[in-house]
Amino acid sequence: MKCADFLHELTDYLDGVMDAGTKAELEEHLAWCHNCYVVADTTKKTIEIYRDSKLYELPENLRTRLRTAIVAKCQSRKKSGSEGAPS
Amino acid sequence: MGAIQPKVSEPVSDELALVEAAKAGDVSAFEELVRRYDRNVFRIAQHITQNREDAEDVVQDAFFKAYSNLKQFQGQSKFYTWLVRIAVNEALMKLRRRRPERTVSLDEEVKTEDDSVPREVADWTPNPEQQYSQAELRDILDRTIHGLPATFRTVFVLRDVEGLSTEETAEALDLSIPAVKSRLLRARLQLRERLNKFFQRRERVNGSQKPSSGDGNQ
Repeated sequence: MKCADFLHELTDYLDGVMDAGTKAELEEHLAWCHNCYVVADTTKKTIEIYRDSKLYELPENLRTRLRTAIVAKCQSRKKSGSEGAPS
Repeated sequence: MGAIQPKVSEPVSDELALVEAAKAGDVSAFEELVRRYDRNVFRIAQHITQNREDAEDVVQDAFFKAYSNLKQFQGQSKFYTWLVRIAVNEALMKLRRRRPERTVSLDEEVKTEDDSVPREVADWTPNPEQQYSQAELRDILDRTIHGLPATFRTVFVLRDVEGLSTEETAEALDLSIPAVKSRLLRARLQLRERLNKFFQRRERVNGSQKPSSGDGNQ
Protein backbone atom coordinates (compact mmCIF):
# COMPACT_ATOMS: atom_id res chain seq x y z
CA MET A 1 0.00 0.00 0.00
CA LYS A 2 1.22 3.49 -0.89
CA CYS A 3 0.78 6.60 1.24
CA ALA A 4 -1.74 8.03 -1.26
CA ASP A 5 -3.87 4.87 -0.89
CA PHE A 6 -3.69 5.18 2.86
CA LEU A 7 -4.81 8.80 2.69
CA HIS A 8 -7.70 7.84 0.46
CA GLU A 9 -8.97 5.43 3.12
CA LEU A 10 -8.23 7.68 6.09
CA THR A 11 -11.77 8.90 6.69
CA ASP A 12 -13.25 5.40 6.75
CA TYR A 13 -10.37 4.20 8.91
CA LEU A 14 -10.88 6.95 11.50
CA ASP A 15 -14.63 6.34 11.46
CA GLY A 16 -14.07 2.62 11.96
CA VAL A 17 -16.22 1.69 8.97
CA MET A 18 -14.27 -0.79 6.90
CA ASP A 19 -13.85 -4.50 6.51
CA ALA A 20 -11.25 -6.32 8.59
CA GLY A 21 -9.00 -7.05 5.61
CA THR A 22 -8.64 -3.40 4.56
CA LYS A 23 -8.17 -2.36 8.19
CA ALA A 24 -5.34 -4.87 8.59
CA GLU A 25 -3.65 -3.56 5.41
CA LEU A 26 -3.87 0.02 6.66
CA GLU A 27 -2.48 -0.90 10.06
CA GLU A 28 0.37 -2.76 8.48
CA HIS A 29 1.20 0.40 6.53
CA LEU A 30 0.96 2.49 9.72
CA ALA A 31 3.36 0.17 11.50
CA TRP A 32 6.26 1.22 9.28
CA CYS A 33 5.23 4.57 7.76
CA HIS A 34 5.79 7.19 10.44
CA ASN A 35 4.50 10.06 8.27
CA CYS A 36 1.15 8.38 7.71
CA TYR A 37 0.98 7.50 11.39
CA VAL A 38 1.49 11.15 12.32
CA VAL A 39 -1.06 12.36 9.76
CA ALA A 40 -3.66 9.86 10.99
CA ASP A 41 -2.95 10.59 14.65
CA THR A 42 -3.03 14.38 14.31
CA THR A 43 -6.14 14.23 12.11
CA LYS A 44 -7.84 12.18 14.81
CA LYS A 45 -6.77 14.75 17.41
CA THR A 46 -8.08 17.55 15.19
CA ILE A 47 -11.52 15.94 15.15
CA GLU A 48 -11.53 15.27 18.88
CA ILE A 49 -10.41 18.80 19.74
CA TYR A 50 -13.17 20.34 17.62
CA ARG A 51 -15.75 17.95 18.99
CA ASP A 52 -14.83 18.72 22.59
CA SER A 53 -14.16 22.41 22.07
CA LYS A 54 -17.49 23.83 23.19
CA LEU A 55 -17.08 26.29 20.33
CA TYR A 56 -20.20 28.41 19.83
CA GLU A 57 -22.03 27.41 22.98
CA LEU A 58 -25.44 29.02 23.24
CA PRO A 59 -25.52 31.14 26.45
CA GLU A 60 -28.51 30.35 28.66
CA ASN A 61 -29.96 33.89 28.62
CA LEU A 62 -29.79 34.06 24.82
CA ARG A 63 -31.22 30.57 24.62
CA THR A 64 -34.25 31.62 26.67
CA ARG A 65 -34.74 34.77 24.62
CA LEU A 66 -34.64 32.87 21.32
CA ARG A 67 -36.98 30.15 22.54
CA THR A 68 -39.47 32.70 23.86
CA ALA A 69 -39.45 34.47 20.49
CA ILE A 70 -39.90 31.21 18.57
CA VAL A 71 -42.79 30.06 20.76
CA ALA A 72 -44.49 33.47 20.44
CA LYS A 73 -44.28 33.30 16.63
CA CYS A 74 -45.65 29.76 16.62
CA GLN A 75 -48.53 30.75 18.93
CA SER A 76 -49.35 33.69 16.72
CA ARG A 77 -49.32 31.51 13.61
CA LYS A 78 -51.53 28.98 15.32
CA LYS A 79 -54.10 31.68 16.19
CA SER A 80 -54.11 33.31 12.78
CA GLY A 81 -53.58 30.38 10.48
CA SER A 82 -55.37 27.36 11.86
CA GLU A 83 -58.73 28.45 13.21
CA GLY A 84 -60.89 25.42 13.69
CA ALA A 85 -58.02 22.99 13.41
CA PRO A 86 -57.79 20.35 16.09
CA SER A 87 -55.73 21.48 19.05
CA MET B 1 -4.76 3.58 16.59
CA GLY B 2 -8.43 3.21 17.37
CA ALA B 3 -11.34 4.73 15.52
CA ILE B 4 -12.99 7.87 16.82
CA GLN B 5 -15.62 7.06 19.40
CA PRO B 6 -19.00 7.96 17.95
CA LYS B 7 -20.97 10.62 19.73
CA VAL B 8 -23.76 9.08 21.78
CA SER B 9 -27.05 10.32 20.45
CA GLU B 10 -29.95 11.05 22.73
CA PRO B 11 -32.91 8.68 22.74
CA VAL B 12 -35.54 9.75 20.25
CA SER B 13 -38.26 7.31 21.16
CA ASP B 14 -40.73 9.98 22.23
CA GLU B 15 -39.79 12.33 19.43
CA LEU B 16 -42.42 11.23 16.95
CA ALA B 17 -45.07 11.68 19.63
CA LEU B 18 -43.85 15.26 20.16
CA VAL B 19 -43.89 15.92 16.43
CA GLU B 20 -47.42 14.50 16.11
CA ALA B 21 -48.61 16.62 19.04
CA ALA B 22 -47.00 19.72 17.53
CA LYS B 23 -48.65 18.96 14.19
CA ALA B 24 -51.98 18.86 15.98
CA GLY B 25 -51.33 22.36 17.32
CA ASP B 26 -49.62 21.70 20.66
CA VAL B 27 -47.03 24.49 20.79
CA SER B 28 -45.61 23.23 24.10
CA ALA B 29 -44.70 19.95 22.38
CA PHE B 30 -42.88 21.94 19.74
CA GLU B 31 -41.19 23.98 22.46
CA GLU B 32 -39.78 20.72 23.81
CA LEU B 33 -38.28 20.01 20.38
CA VAL B 34 -36.76 23.50 20.40
CA ARG B 35 -35.18 22.80 23.81
CA ARG B 36 -33.80 19.56 22.49
CA TYR B 37 -32.07 20.96 19.42
CA ASP B 38 -31.58 24.72 19.80
CA ARG B 39 -27.94 24.37 20.87
CA ASN B 40 -27.15 22.18 17.86
CA VAL B 41 -28.90 24.47 15.41
CA PHE B 42 -27.11 27.50 16.85
CA ARG B 43 -23.72 25.79 16.56
CA ILE B 44 -24.34 24.71 12.98
CA ALA B 45 -25.60 28.18 12.04
CA GLN B 46 -22.64 29.91 13.63
CA HIS B 47 -20.21 27.55 11.90
CA ILE B 48 -21.75 28.28 8.50
CA THR B 49 -22.43 32.00 8.80
CA GLN B 50 -19.44 32.81 11.05
CA ASN B 51 -21.57 35.59 12.48
CA ARG B 52 -23.34 35.63 15.82
CA GLU B 53 -26.33 37.78 14.82
CA ASP B 54 -26.93 35.74 11.70
CA ALA B 55 -26.76 32.55 13.76
CA GLU B 56 -29.41 33.92 16.15
CA ASP B 57 -31.66 34.75 13.20
CA VAL B 58 -31.11 31.30 11.71
CA VAL B 59 -32.19 29.61 14.97
CA GLN B 60 -35.44 31.58 15.01
CA ASP B 61 -36.15 31.27 11.30
CA ALA B 62 -35.29 27.56 11.09
CA PHE B 63 -37.51 26.56 14.00
CA PHE B 64 -40.36 28.75 12.83
CA LYS B 65 -40.08 27.36 9.32
CA ALA B 66 -40.03 23.83 10.73
CA TYR B 67 -43.17 24.56 12.78
CA SER B 68 -44.94 26.10 9.79
CA ASN B 69 -44.09 23.12 7.57
CA LEU B 70 -44.48 20.30 10.08
CA LYS B 71 -47.20 18.71 8.01
CA GLN B 72 -44.62 18.07 5.29
CA PHE B 73 -42.48 16.08 7.68
CA GLN B 74 -43.43 12.51 6.91
CA GLY B 75 -41.25 10.77 9.45
CA GLN B 76 -39.10 8.90 6.91
CA SER B 77 -36.03 10.56 8.38
CA LYS B 78 -35.30 11.70 11.91
CA PHE B 79 -36.87 15.01 12.86
CA TYR B 80 -33.39 16.32 13.68
CA THR B 81 -32.04 15.53 10.18
CA TRP B 82 -35.05 17.28 8.66
CA LEU B 83 -34.51 20.29 10.95
CA VAL B 84 -30.79 20.44 10.12
CA ARG B 85 -31.62 20.57 6.44
CA ILE B 86 -33.85 23.59 7.01
CA ALA B 87 -31.24 25.25 9.25
CA VAL B 88 -28.41 24.72 6.75
CA ASN B 89 -30.49 26.28 3.96
CA GLU B 90 -31.36 29.28 6.13
CA ALA B 91 -27.70 29.70 7.11
CA LEU B 92 -26.52 29.51 3.50
CA MET B 93 -29.07 32.14 2.51
CA LYS B 94 -27.67 34.45 5.20
CA LEU B 95 -24.16 33.80 3.96
CA ARG B 96 -25.10 34.56 0.35
CA ARG B 97 -26.78 37.77 1.41
CA ARG B 98 -23.71 38.85 3.36
CA ARG B 99 -21.20 37.82 0.72
CA PRO B 100 -23.03 38.25 -2.59
CA GLU B 101 -19.75 38.49 -4.45
CA ARG B 102 -18.94 34.89 -3.64
CA THR B 103 -20.93 31.94 -4.83
CA VAL B 104 -21.86 29.79 -1.90
CA SER B 105 -23.10 26.41 -2.86
CA LEU B 106 -22.68 23.08 -1.18
CA ASP B 107 -22.39 21.16 -4.40
CA GLU B 108 -20.00 23.53 -6.11
CA GLU B 109 -17.27 21.86 -8.10
CA VAL B 110 -14.22 21.44 -5.98
CA LYS B 111 -10.80 21.82 -7.49
CA THR B 112 -8.06 19.25 -7.50
CA GLU B 113 -7.19 17.30 -4.41
CA ASP B 114 -3.81 19.02 -4.14
CA ASP B 115 -4.93 21.25 -1.33
CA SER B 116 -5.51 18.24 0.90
CA VAL B 117 -2.19 16.49 0.47
CA PRO B 118 -0.34 16.87 3.77
CA ARG B 119 2.56 19.21 3.28
CA GLU B 120 3.77 19.45 6.80
CA VAL B 121 4.06 16.29 8.81
CA ALA B 122 5.01 17.06 12.37
CA ASP B 123 4.07 15.25 15.53
CA TRP B 124 1.96 17.14 18.05
CA THR B 125 2.49 17.43 21.77
CA PRO B 126 0.50 14.77 23.66
CA ASN B 127 -2.37 17.08 24.75
CA PRO B 128 -1.86 20.02 22.43
CA GLU B 129 -5.07 21.78 23.41
CA GLN B 130 -3.84 22.09 26.99
CA GLN B 131 -1.05 24.49 25.97
CA TYR B 132 -3.66 27.20 25.61
CA SER B 133 -6.32 28.77 27.78
CA GLN B 134 -9.92 27.95 26.88
CA ALA B 135 -10.34 31.40 25.33
CA GLU B 136 -7.13 31.13 23.31
CA LEU B 137 -8.06 27.66 22.11
CA ARG B 138 -11.53 28.76 21.03
CA ASP B 139 -9.98 31.66 19.15
CA ILE B 140 -7.50 29.34 17.36
CA LEU B 141 -10.21 26.84 16.44
CA ASP B 142 -12.58 29.58 15.34
CA ARG B 143 -10.04 31.28 13.10
CA THR B 144 -8.84 27.97 11.69
CA ILE B 145 -12.24 26.64 10.67
CA HIS B 146 -13.21 30.10 9.41
CA GLY B 147 -10.62 29.70 6.66
CA LEU B 148 -12.27 26.61 5.16
CA PRO B 149 -14.75 26.95 2.28
CA ALA B 150 -18.37 26.83 3.49
CA THR B 151 -18.96 23.48 1.83
CA PHE B 152 -16.12 21.83 3.75
CA ARG B 153 -16.85 23.32 7.13
CA THR B 154 -20.54 22.44 6.83
CA VAL B 155 -19.80 18.79 6.20
CA PHE B 156 -17.18 18.78 8.97
CA VAL B 157 -19.49 20.32 11.54
CA LEU B 158 -22.38 17.97 10.79
CA ARG B 159 -20.27 14.81 10.75
CA ASP B 160 -17.57 15.48 13.29
CA VAL B 161 -18.97 18.08 15.66
CA GLU B 162 -22.66 17.16 15.66
CA GLY B 163 -22.11 13.45 15.11
CA LEU B 164 -24.52 12.89 12.20
CA SER B 165 -23.81 9.75 10.18
CA THR B 166 -22.52 10.02 6.63
CA GLU B 167 -25.98 9.07 5.35
CA GLU B 168 -27.73 11.66 7.53
CA THR B 169 -25.25 14.34 6.46
CA ALA B 170 -25.83 13.46 2.80
CA GLU B 171 -29.57 13.70 3.32
CA ALA B 172 -29.40 16.98 5.24
CA LEU B 173 -27.16 18.60 2.61
CA ASP B 174 -28.66 16.95 -0.45
CA LEU B 175 -25.26 15.55 -1.42
CA SER B 176 -24.27 12.06 -2.49
CA ILE B 177 -22.46 9.84 0.01
CA PRO B 178 -19.18 9.92 -1.98
CA ALA B 179 -19.41 13.73 -2.09
CA VAL B 180 -19.83 13.87 1.71
CA LYS B 181 -16.88 11.53 2.22
CA SER B 182 -14.61 13.44 -0.13
CA ARG B 183 -15.45 16.81 1.42
CA LEU B 184 -15.06 15.39 4.91
CA LEU B 185 -11.60 14.01 4.17
CA ARG B 186 -10.47 17.29 2.71
CA ALA B 187 -11.95 19.32 5.57
CA ARG B 188 -10.25 17.12 8.14
CA LEU B 189 -6.88 17.23 6.40
CA GLN B 190 -6.99 20.97 5.82
CA LEU B 191 -7.88 21.67 9.45
CA ARG B 192 -5.09 19.37 10.59
CA GLU B 193 -2.61 21.17 8.36
CA ARG B 194 -3.69 24.58 9.62
CA LEU B 195 -3.54 23.53 13.28
CA ASN B 196 0.01 22.23 12.88
CA LYS B 197 1.60 25.55 13.63
CA PHE B 198 -0.19 25.80 16.96
CA PHE B 199 0.09 22.24 18.16
CA GLN B 200 3.28 20.74 16.82
CA ARG B 201 5.88 19.45 19.20
CA ARG B 202 8.57 22.04 19.84
CA GLU B 203 12.13 20.85 19.52
CA ARG B 204 14.03 21.09 22.75
CA VAL B 205 16.97 23.49 22.70
CA ASN B 206 19.31 20.96 24.26
CA GLY B 207 17.59 17.89 22.96
CA SER B 208 17.64 15.89 19.77
CA GLN B 209 16.65 17.60 16.51
CA LYS B 210 14.23 14.85 15.75
CA PRO B 211 10.84 14.67 17.45
CA SER B 212 10.43 11.48 19.40
CA SER B 213 8.51 9.02 17.29
CA GLY B 214 8.03 6.22 19.72
CA ASP B 215 5.51 7.51 22.21
CA GLY B 216 2.54 7.46 19.90
CA ASN B 217 3.36 4.36 17.94
CA GLN B 218 1.99 0.97 18.62
